[in-house]
Amino acid sequence: MNLTVSAAPHIRSNETTRKIMLDVLIALAPAMIAAVIFFGVRALVLTAISAAACVACDALMGLALRRKADCVGDLSAVVTGVLLAFSLPVSCPYWVVIIGDAFAIIVVKGLVGGLGQNVFNPALGGRAFVMLFWPAAVTRFSLDAVSAAAFGTVDIVASSTPLQTMSRSVLPEASLLDMFIGNIGGCIGEVCTLALLIGFAWLLYRGVISWRIPAAYVGAVAVLTLIFYRGDNALAWMLYSVMGGGVMLGAIFMATDYATSPTVPAAQIAYGLGCGVLTVVIRYFGIFPEGVTYAILIMNAFAWALDKAMPVRRFGVMKGGAGK
Amino acid sequence: MKQLFGGGIHPDGHKDMSRGGAAVPVPAPETVVIPLCQHIGSACKPLVAVGDAVLMGQKIGDGEGRCSPVHATVSGEVTAIEEREVPGGAKVLSVVIRNDFKDARAEAKGAEDYMSLSAAEVAAMVREAGVVGMGGAAFPTNSKIASNEGKTETVLINACECEPYITSDDTIMCTCPGDVIGGARLLAKALKARKSIIAIEDNKPEAIAALRAEAGEDELVEIRVLPTRYPQGAKKQLILAVTGREVAPGARSGALFNVTTTANIFRAVTKGQPLLEKIVTVTGDGANAPQNVLVRIGTSFADVIKAAGGIAEDTKQVIAGGPMMGKAVDTLDVPVVKGTNSILCLTKACDAAADPVCIRCGKCASVCPMYLQPLYLYRYAKAGDKEMLNEYYLNDCMECGCCSFVCPGKLPLTETFVQAKQLLKGGK
Ligand code: SF4
Ligand code: SF4
Repeated sequence: MNLTVSAAPHIRSNETTRKIMLDVLIALAPAMIAAVIFFGVRALVLTAISAAACVACDALMGLALRRKADCVGDLSAVVTGVLLAFSLPVSCPYWVVIIGDAFAIIVVKGLVGGLGQNVFNPALGGRAFVMLFWPAAVTRFSLDAVSAAAFGTVDIVASSTPLQTMSRSVLPEASLLDMFIGNIGGCIGEVCTLALLIGFAWLLYRGVISWRIPAAYVGAVAVLTLIFYRGDNALAWMLYSVMGGGVMLGAIFMATDYATSPTVPAAQIAYGLGCGVLTVVIRYFGIFPEGVTYAILIMNAFAWALDKAMPVRRFGVMKGGAGK
Repeated sequence: MKQLFGGGIHPDGHKDMSRGGAAVPVPAPETVVIPLCQHIGSACKPLVAVGDAVLMGQKIGDGEGRCSPVHATVSGEVTAIEEREVPGGAKVLSVVIRNDFKDARAEAKGAEDYMSLSAAEVAAMVREAGVVGMGGAAFPTNSKIASNEGKTETVLINACECEPYITSDDTIMCTCPGDVIGGARLLAKALKARKSIIAIEDNKPEAIAALRAEAGEDELVEIRVLPTRYPQGAKKQLILAVTGREVAPGARSGALFNVTTTANIFRAVTKGQPLLEKIVTVTGDGANAPQNVLVRIGTSFADVIKAAGGIAEDTKQVIAGGPMMGKAVDTLDVPVVKGTNSILCLTKACDAAADPVCIRCGKCASVCPMYLQPLYLYRYAKAGDKEMLNEYYLNDCMECGCCSFVCPGKLPLTETFVQAKQLLKGGK
């Protein structure tokens, strides 16, 4: 009998990277459904193309760099593709999203070492890249769902999103209920707060993420917009600020990206707060109405440093002496 | 029930496979191999020579310092004193005895007034009987008894048996509750403590009932039921779970005894009985008939497995101990030693991924009962960065395996830390 000798532990949980990514995709499903309802089937096609492009790029990178091309199986590229599409308007041309995907997977993720090694969130990196070169594709929104045909070119009926209205210090016309269910202009995956919250609940239930980063992020945005409100209704200003734009999508799905966020609990709080503060600062003082992308990308750079900056809690060593 | 220590995991217990009934005696083998070091400390010197006749229970090895004597577990003739492999792979000088199947016993005499003995007296008897810690570390029990007299309010008896699969402690509690409770009372008295607390996890209802029935309304013994969670039976985690206090780094953890050790202390003191046999759980999906068996120390794994119904053809791994912290053996020609509580036979070896990738999910850190950061420790270990390994308290790692168990990237975390500790020690 040939016995295998290996070091303990000799059993492992059946948790895998693939299962975690699958949970993220499941959590994104409600927002996808909402997007199809409000923006039409083109939202789905754009997302599917984006996911496919990311998977293709990931496989290419795996082959080119002779890294175990397990990367396709782990579904992380699919998540990147979906998130990138979710952060674009439904009218975005397909070729633009594909360029964004290629940049995200090849440059932001692949060239720095692949899964888990990247400093910046690939989806946001890809979005920032297309925003730099094709700003119109990213910032012009079509409100009219039906006009955004699934195939062929799209007539962009430029219309304004709640955030664009708010950048003129005016509250949007959409009701708070519309804001909550997503009956507003905006990027594919960001409009339906309800759907995003359902996804958040799933992620918490499955233990994929903790509440810390999203809560700190949304909390910071809420508090700041409540204090520094514009117009005459602080509470309404705060609610529109939280639900209009990418805060929810960013806080729940982007800022919690494992590779680019801290793992130490206290650092996660600090990181979430940082994202929130930067989002509001960029919205108020930047050239774009939205600040989520850059806020998270900036905080990405500090993720590892924040982990290290937090005091290490050692077993048996209490703050302020003995005790519980 | 709320968990009482930080981190930890809930692996499948698999305890029902082997649980139930008394331990079946394994026939004494043709030859026994008694390693002269079955504890943490210095090895024994042999007290016999090749060709000597020995009696069952006769002391055949002893030494100075932190040393625990060993005894012949059969009567017969010493045929060799040579290095033999023990579970874990080390080669240890061992006394090989050919069994004459007479079981001619050396004289043994216990103390009658055992409840009035001093700690020193108890320690001396326990030492003579060769009792060592059965919870894994195999620390000579007598030193623990001697050093804790009058220094502790409560004696902690570890009956958690938190490793999956193993039910040997469970079996001793169900079948010999008198020895367990007797040992707990004796320890409380000898160490001048207020009482002994027997800490047991709630996945052992029969053992709990047996101990409760035996203890009755005894003020010297408390049975504390804890929610099941691995690694609750680890010293520091158990102390935290029971007392709410964290043991400071480097501090001694005090009067904590494993439950089987406790029963053996009782037998050593009341009957003068040396440690000759052990309950061993033979289990796992590779075992044909998972069960608990009563084994003479020095019996080979092969003999034990044969007596316990054999193992499946496709058994890939045989582990001395539990699946989380046990050691895989490369041959069945190793003897059961004092610290062997289980022979776990698995048909599936769990290989670490060929190309493991950390996705920074943080799960390893959230399950680490010592509050460490396995993901960073792993990086520093790979980079050989001793300074950072120290800064992140690598030496606090107790190798419980929780981090490796949960890691979705299948990184060999615990495995790497074991090696990295050698690096810190200056080895390699
Ligand atoms: S559990 Fe594994 S994948 Fe997750 S952070 Fe720890 S080492 Fe990395
Ligand atoms: S093996 Fe070490 S690092 Fe891993 S969970 Fe256990 S104590 Fe923590």
